[in-house]
Amino acid sequence: MKLSRIIANTGEWLSGSGPHDQIVVSSRVRLARNLKGKPFPGWAKKAERVAILEEIRGAVEQLPEMQESFSEKLEDLSPLERQVLVERHLISREHAAKGAGSAVVMNTAQTLSFMINEEDHLRMQAIRAGLQLDEVFAMINQADSELEESLDFAFHNDLGYLTACPTNVGTGMRASAMLHLPGLVMSEQVNKIINSVNKIGLAVRGLHGEGTEAMGNLFQVSNQTTLGEAEVEIIGRLNKVIYQILEHEQNARQILLQQRAETLLDQIGRAYGILCHAHSVTSKEALNLLSFIKMGIDLGLFPSKNRLQVDELFIETQPAHLQKGLQTTKLGAEERDSLRAALIRAKLKQMPEPEIGKIPTTPTTTTQESTE
Amino acid sequence: MFCDVCKSKEATVFLTQIVEGKMQKVNLCESCSKEKGVNDPTGFALADLLLGLGAAQEIEKNPAGIRCPVCGFSQIDFKKTGRLGCSACYDAFAEGLSGMLKNMHRGLIHVGKVPASLALTRRRTQELTKLEEGLAKAIASEHFEEAAALRDKIRTLEAESFAQSEEPEPVNRIASLAEPEAPVLGPAPKSRKKP
Ligand SMILES: [Zn+2]
Ligand SMILES: [Zn+2]
Repeated sequence: MKLSRIIANTGEWLSGSGPHDQIVVSSRVRLARNLKGKPFPGWAKKAERVAILEEIRGAVEQLPEMQESFSEKLEDLSPLERQVLVERHLISREHAAKGAGSAVVMNTAQTLSFMINEEDHLRMQAIRAGLQLDEVFAMINQADSELEESLDFAFHNDLGYLTACPTNVGTGMRASAMLHLPGLVMSEQVNKIINSVNKIGLAVRGLHGEGTEAMGNLFQVSNQTTLGEAEVEIIGRLNKVIYQILEHEQNARQILLQQRAETLLDQIGRAYGILCHAHSVTSKEALNLLSFIKMGIDLGLFPSKNRLQVDELFIETQPAHLQKGLQTTKLGAEERDSLRAALIRAKLKQMPEPEIGKIPTTPTTTTQESTE
Repeated sequence: MFCDVCKSKEATVFLTQIVEGKMQKVNLCESCSKEKGVNDPTGFALADLLLGLGAAQEIEKNPAGIRCPVCGFSQIDFKKTGRLGCSACYDAFAEGLSGMLKNMHRGLIHVGKVPASLALTRRRTQELTKLEEGLAKAIASEHFEEAAALRDKIRTLEAESFAQSEEPEPVNRIASLAEPEAPVLGPAPKSRKKP
């Protein structure tokens, strides 16, 4: 199957739905595995990497859940195609930089992807929309159990699954969720949250950038430790923390609505105005403004039927996605910015102005009946 | 403040992580943070980075000049890359690694998933040990009928593991649930209710 056919469709984690998907954009679990007795990719010679690649790729392609799949060697993908896969969170930045002896296999729904010879012989992930860590873990755990029937994974009696880097040894698992937290950013609470989560061995960080600098108000919460705790315990701890962050975000939005409605409307209105009329928008500006539009949909200011369009823009305005349809050589930054602006204007054309009547702007009005 | 990696450019990205009460700080410049994948949402990156800056010294606790008998990897290679050479390296460098693992993880023993084939062997071994203890006790106390029954059970079990039956096994050894933790973030601020 051709890559172009797969990437013509938005992945399930973006277009699909899941619990709490207004705030929890996606959930993902990644497992690292290595073959017993074979040197790790960073230490293996090219011929060894190629042999390992063939063995693992064959096993992965045989999986029942991978019957409809895309499978390609990294060396046969153009830099642009690799970058598209990175922007879709289907391969890592490190994997995209690999050459001969590495490959990627993914299903058409883009919920499962297998990176062969990244830092470990195999890194496999499941990703879905909304808060579904238990479900994505079940998916990838199933694939792992099927693979271990044909592949001999390196496993140590005390240390568990062995990985190239000691930071991943044990379960070899990274579970993470992507959260959209504009309320916590606007009310300046997000750093407090980041600090408290970091204290318990989980990590929160901006998707593109650090702390409050996070572009598009998108944050990633993940486990940092992999040894000494079972997979279900790690995921249980993560779930607990995500529910707490979710509640804080919802409360922050409520408080903003009640106490700073005017500011909120101003931000959303400006975002709408700029995106509908700008002719040059950087990637960073696009993400930050789209974040306000997305929150506007959550608050009922825009029709919910426009949600998918806006969510897709978060990915489609990324540099490689902007250029994927074009046959031209690599665009310069200025050309990209104007192309991005045109794309956003076209997409937002069908979206009506924010319905400001939905939000009472004078918080002290007590006589007004709520319409909900 | 200079970047911890290139030591030449101004640091603009500051990372702090507290694991088991130990605080680790890393200061990076813009280009090194990009190169180190700090912005990559995979979640693998930060721990790797911390490992590269300091934790790798731990491996020097191994006797100098030691090499992995399987892949030929040395400590110097590890200090350079922060990665090991092959799965056998974990035994070759066990001494130095244990200190490092203690610093970066919540325990030193894996309690999660076990490959099904090993889980079966593990469970059988445990069962056999138990039966053999029972047998020794039965013989010592001259309960010969019980001893005969136990011996039969042991023989069946040994025959089974010899045949390597492929019965599916629950793969997760679920460890006892973690002690309940206090809420991490404290109570969420309550929003004012509309009258
Ligand atoms: Zn630097
Ligand atoms: Zn080795």
